Amino acid sequence: MSQFSELMNRNRVARARQRKTANGIMLTLTGLLTILALIPLFWIIGYVIVRGGRSINLDFFIHMPTPMGVPGGGVLSAIEGTLVVTLLAAVFAIPPGVLAAFYAAHYPNTPLGVALRFSTDVLSGVPSIVVGLFAYAVIVVPMKHYSGLAGGAALAVLMLPTIIRTTEEMLKLVPHTLREASLGLGAPEWKTSLSVVFPAAINGIITGFLLALARAAGETAPLLMTALGNERFDIGQIIRGGIQGHQSVFTILGRIINQPVDSLPLALWKYAQQPYPERVELAWAVALVLMLFVLIVNVTARVWIQNRARKMKG
Amino acid sequence: MLKIVKPLPETHWLSRLRRILHYGDRPWQGLIIVMSALVIVLMLSIGGLLWAKSAGARSAFGWSFLTPTANPNWDPVNDHFQAWPFLYGTLETSLFAILFALPVGIGVAIFLAELCPAWLRTPLTWMVELLAAIPSVVYGLWGIFVFLPQVVAPIGVFLGDTLGQLPVLGSLFAGPIPASGSSRLAASLILTIMITPTIAAVTRDVFLAIPNSQREAAKALGATEWETIWQVLIPFGKSGILGAVILGLGRALGETMAVTMVIGNSIQGGASLLHSGYTMASIIANEFAESVSQLHTDALIEIGLVLFIITLLLNILARYLVWQVARQAPQEARS
Repeated sequence: MSQFSELMNRNRVARARQRKTANGIMLTLTGLLTILALIPLFWIIGYVIVRGGRSINLDFFIHMPTPMGVPGGGVLSAIEGTLVVTLLAAVFAIPPGVLAAFYAAHYPNTPLGVALRFSTDVLSGVPSIVVGLFAYAVIVVPMKHYSGLAGGAALAVLMLPTIIRTTEEMLKLVPHTLREASLGLGAPEWKTSLSVVFPAAINGIITGFLLALARAAGETAPLLMTALGNERFDIGQIIRGGIQGHQSVFTILGRIINQPVDSLPLALWKYAQQPYPERVELAWAVALVLMLFVLIVNVTARVWIQNRARKMKG
Repeated sequence: MLKIVKPLPETHWLSRLRRILHYGDRPWQGLIIVMSALVIVLMLSIGGLLWAKSAGARSAFGWSFLTPTANPNWDPVNDHFQAWPFLYGTLETSLFAILFALPVGIGVAIFLAELCPAWLRTPLTWMVELLAAIPSVVYGLWGIFVFLPQVVAPIGVFLGDTLGQLPVLGSLFAGPIPASGSSRLAASLILTIMITPTIAAVTRDVFLAIPNSQREAAKALGATEWETIWQVLIPFGKSGILGAVILGLGRALGETMAVTMVIGNSIQGGASLLHSGYTMASIIANEFAESVSQLHTDALIEIGLVLFIITLLLNILARYLVWQVARQAPQEARS
C-alpha cells in the first residue's frame, strides 16, 4: 500500500515537473517568435539606411533623371509626380470620406450604416492592383491616355476606407455632452456636427489623413496601369511654359494632371530591374526616402492619436 | 449709446441665407447619405465594371480559362489565354505563407497580449505594426538584393536536398532552386513577413477580448500559464483566429510588388515550391500596361475579377468570424 502511494506520489511530482518545463519552453518560444518576427523590420530599416544613405545627396532631390547609363541625376520627376498623385488622391478621398464617416458615426445601425461599414471593410480588403484596374476602366479608357488624374483616383479609392474608419473612430471619441450642449443651445444638427464635434476631433482626423496618405504614397501596383510613369514630367517647365503662353491657371493645372506622371515607388520598381549599377544605387536612395517618410509619418501619427485618446478619455 | 439695429426684411437675401443655414439639417442629412451611398456604389461598381470589361475573355474561353491544365497556354501573340499557372502560383505561395506565418503570428499575439511586461507592450505592438507599414516595393528591393541570396537560396538548397528526395511530397519541393533564389519559396517567405503583422494584430485583439473570468477559472483549477493559453484561450478564440488567418490570406493573395520582384516570373515551373512561377497579381502588374490586344487586356481584367471575387468572399467570411467572437464574449462574461 505504501509502495503504491509512493509510486503515485513520484508520478505526480514527475508530471508536475513536466508541466512546468513545458510551460517554460512554450512561453520562451513565444518571446523568441516575437523577436523572429521583428528581425526583418530591423534588417530592412538598417540595410536601406546604410545602402541608400551612401548614394543620397542633394542632386537626388533637385535634378531630373539622366538618360539610362549616364551616372548622376536625381528623381525630381518622381518626387513631383508623387506629390501630384497623392494630393489628387487626398482631394478626391477626404471630403466624401469625412462626410460618410459622420453618417457611420451617428447612424451605425440603420440599413445604410450597416451597408456602409460592410462596404468600407470590403474596400479595405480589395487588392491594390484590382483598384488599379478599376481606375483604368473608369478614367484611362474614356480619356484614351494614361494620366496623373487616373493615378490619383486609384489612390483615392485605396485611401477611402482608412479615412472613413479613422474619422469615424475619432468622432465617436468626442464626448456626447458636447453634442448635447450644442443641440440644447439651439444649434442645428449640421452646425453641431461641423463646428462642435468636428473641431473637437480634428487632430485625430488629420493624423488619420496622414496615415492614409503615407500608405498611398508607397503604393505602386495601382499606378502601373494609371499613372504609368514619365521620366520627363517637370512641373516647373509646365508652369513656366504656361506663364509664357499666357494660359489660365486652370489650363496649367489641367496640363499637370492630364499627362502620365512618375512616382517614387514606380521609379524604384523600374530602377531595381535595370542592369545599370548606378540606377540600382538610385533605387536604394528612393527606398530610403520612401521608407523614412512612411515610418516618420506613422510614428508621429500614432504618438499623436494615443495622446489625444488619453486626453479625451481623461 | 445703444444703437438699435433694424431687423432685416424677410425678403432680404441675407436673412434668406440665414434661414437656409438654420434649417440646413435636411441638406446636411442628404449630403452625408449621398456620400455614404457613394461608398457603397463604389464597392459595387468595382465588381460590376470588372465583370463588364472582362466580357470578351469570358465569352472566348469560358471556364477553360480557370480550370487546371498540365500544359498551360498563355500566348498573347496568338490570342490564347489560360490563367491556371497564375491561379496555382497565387494559391501555393499564399497557402505556404499562411503555414509559416500562423505559428509566428499566434506566438507574437500570445506574447503581446498575455506575457509581455506592460512597459514593453506599446513599443512592441508599434514595431509589429510598422512592419505592415513599410511599402511593398521596399520589401521587394530588399528581397532581390539581400533576402534572396542570403536567406532563400540556402534554405531552398537545403529543402531540395532533404524534402525534395521524399516520394510523394518530393514533387512539391523538387529542386534545384534557381541560382538567384527567385522562386515561389522566396515569394512565400516574403509574404510570411508581410502578413505576420496582420495575423498577430487581429489575434491579439481576439485574446484581449476574452473575458478575464476564463483565465482566472483555468488558473484556479491549477493550470499553468501555458495550459491556460493552449487549452482555454485558444479554443475560446479559435473562430477569431480563423478570421485572422483569412484576413492574412486575403492580404497575401492580393500582394503584388514584392512578390513580382522575387518570384521569377516564369509561366512554366511545374508544381514545385522551389521553381520560379507567377501569381495573378504579378501577371497583371507585368503585362497590363504593355498588353498587345484587346483580348489580352480582357484576360488580364478577368484575372483581376477572380482576385476581387476571392478577396470579397474571404473578407465576408473573416468579418463574420470576428463578429461572432465579439458577440460571444460579452455573453460569456455575464454567465
